Amino acid sequence: MDKIVGIPRSFLYYDHHILWETFLSELRIPYIVSPKTNEQIMRFGQQDSHDEMCLSLKNYLGHVHYLEDKCDYLLVPRVDNYGLYNQTCTNFLALYDIVHNVTNKPILNYNIDYCHGDTEWKGFLKMGLELGKKRAEIKDAYHHAKEKEKEYYDHLIGANYNALNNSKPRILIIAHNYVLYDEMIGLPITNMFQKMGATIIDANLFDQKVALRESRRISSGLYWDTSRKLVGAIPIVEHNIDGIVFLSSFPCGLDSLVNELVMRKIKKPYLNLVVDDISSLTGMETRIESFMDILNVKI
Amino acid sequence: MSKYKISFPHMADYYVPVRYLLSHLMEDAEIMVAPPITSKTIELGSKYSPDFLCTPFKYTLGTIIEALECGANVIVQAGGGCRYGYYSELQIEILKELGYDFTYLNLVSCGKTDIKKIYQMAKKLNPHFSVLKACYYGFITIKMVKYMDQIDHIIRENIGFEVKENSFIHLKQEMLEHFSQVKTYRELFSLYHQYKKKFLNLEIKKPKDYFKVGMIGELYTIMEPFANYQLEYELAKFGIAIKRYTNVQYLLFEKKHEIKKLLRQTSDYIKYKMGADASDNIARAKYFCTHHYDGIIHIKSSFCTPEIGAMPVISKVCSDYQVPVLFFSFDANTSEVGIRTRIEAFYDMLEMRREYEKSISRN
Repeated sequence: MDKIVGIPRSFLYYDHHILWETFLSELRIPYIVSPKTNEQIMRFGQQDSHDEMCLSLKNYLGHVHYLEDKCDYLLVPRVDNYGLYNQTCTNFLALYDIVHNVTNKPILNYNIDYCHGDTEWKGFLKMGLELGKKRAEIKDAYHHAKEKEKEYYDHLIGANYNALNNSKPRILIIAHNYVLYDEMIGLPITNMFQKMGATIIDANLFDQKVALRESRRISSGLYWDTSRKLVGAIPIVEHNIDGIVFLSSFPCGLDSLVNELVMRKIKKPYLNLVVDDISSLTGMETRIESFMDILNVKI
Repeated sequence: MSKYKISFPHMADYYVPVRYLLSHLMEDAEIMVAPPITSKTIELGSKYSPDFLCTPFKYTLGTIIEALECGANVIVQAGGGCRYGYYSELQIEILKELGYDFTYLNLVSCGKTDIKKIYQMAKKLNPHFSVLKACYYGFITIKMVKYMDQIDHIIRENIGFEVKENSFIHLKQEMLEHFSQVKTYRELFSLYHQYKKKFLNLEIKKPKDYFKVGMIGELYTIMEPFANYQLEYELAKFGIAIKRYTNVQYLLFEKKHEIKKLLRQTSDYIKYKMGADASDNIARAKYFCTHHYDGIIHIKSSFCTPEIGAMPVISKVCSDYQVPVLFFSFDANTSEVGIRTRIEAFYDMLEMRREYEKSISRN
């Protein structure tokens, strides 16, 4: 019987889920994705983690805990960088070793470090070889998965651009994918905005090359990949939006610096929301309501 | 009267070599050492900093503000890896908002140094700047840092057992004063050997079974005595010898050669580099565990992401080898009394362990 691969639904899952799922199903490897974050998973995460870890990492460890007895392998990506000026959060560097010390499950070899020659293709090749597949098979699966991912994101990016024509107020949300789409962190907040009649524009969903280039207009020395993509969205749509919302999980290392810098440079109304595992949604709602009132008056 | 006044953020005693280098390269400009860090500095720093940013940002911002208040108009910041390299951009924004007028130079960003930019800046500050001179004085400065770190190793091992109070600190201050007046490398070299002998000949009273404690942690907090509330001296009062590998010499010159070796030594716990000094610290923790140290103290500033990632691993290493470990997380508002209580409890625990081991071996 084939071994089952477990994928925690957190962190890079939201960036690469099409790629991973297509790749594994092309290779006919059964996989299981942990469910959307719920209270049980958050509780698991709090048990397993250190109390100063960021909320997203705690949730990640909760997902790992959930998958522990349901799979044979864990897919834990370790991403060092995508180039010298495209580095990632240190949590991504340490993720493999943190998970390795929390659980005894074997972890698939998935290491991306462009500065030292470990490209994404190499990472997938090693992962496929570890699962007992042949090189040619892996290559086909990888390219197919890559194409499918591109198709998927092209569609989303198009929809995101079209949303700029929707009803006012249009709000650009600056948040990492794993914060924005997490069931317990970001989604309740975006739902609140939508209920109040705002159009949400996701800063992640823009042409990545353009966003990386445009980020230089706001900060010339920024060297984190995810932050650059998010910040780069601001110059692209600056004239078509009414307000900006910064959403981060407490205590995010990148956002603590980058968001503070961006707030000092933009000339749009903005709201900074930091989500903690004990913060109540009622407090958030009040802040969101008053922010929406400001925007409505301005329009 | 020159128009440039150069200043830089503090870190421990390293202002001596930095001042030495700058004063020899920028003859026209005035080199101003920022006022020493006090509780007012950190108050100023945390007032203008974002809330959940790591504490070194607050300390450096505080010292820069104090230096600017004293009339400095050129700030040199070291930068570095992790978040350090990006401090400068936000600090510039914050200081501009406060209405200061200054030039800012960040040396290292994202692990790379922009030599061209530094050269242009040096030419601007001093039109007579010569590269050859910079190489020579740079060499002396590097050696001075190395010698200072080696003397510090001796001090840390012996200061807890000094007979005459403050003899080590006074001798070190005397040494630093002499160091900052050297003219040639030969002079520095002979001074170093003189003082090394003096330090080794200082009168100490070392009992046979003294406690040895290893110190690991985040680089700024562990090196700047004010940021860790003079933890090393507090420990020394209990008669504990301290071993600490993190210093400027290690971070700048040895780290890139040793990191592979360290990763190999800890291959049963970690596989990859975990960002900043996390993997070094895990390797050091394992070294202390296997070399009969009595305990380990881990220091970090609050919200230091790489060290938070390393902490579960360090506690696993220590529980495997049955070595006690004490975690400190320093913030702007940590109270000194709380720290002393924890150290006292840690020391009592070490003593009780020692007695327990003795009673077992007796039976």
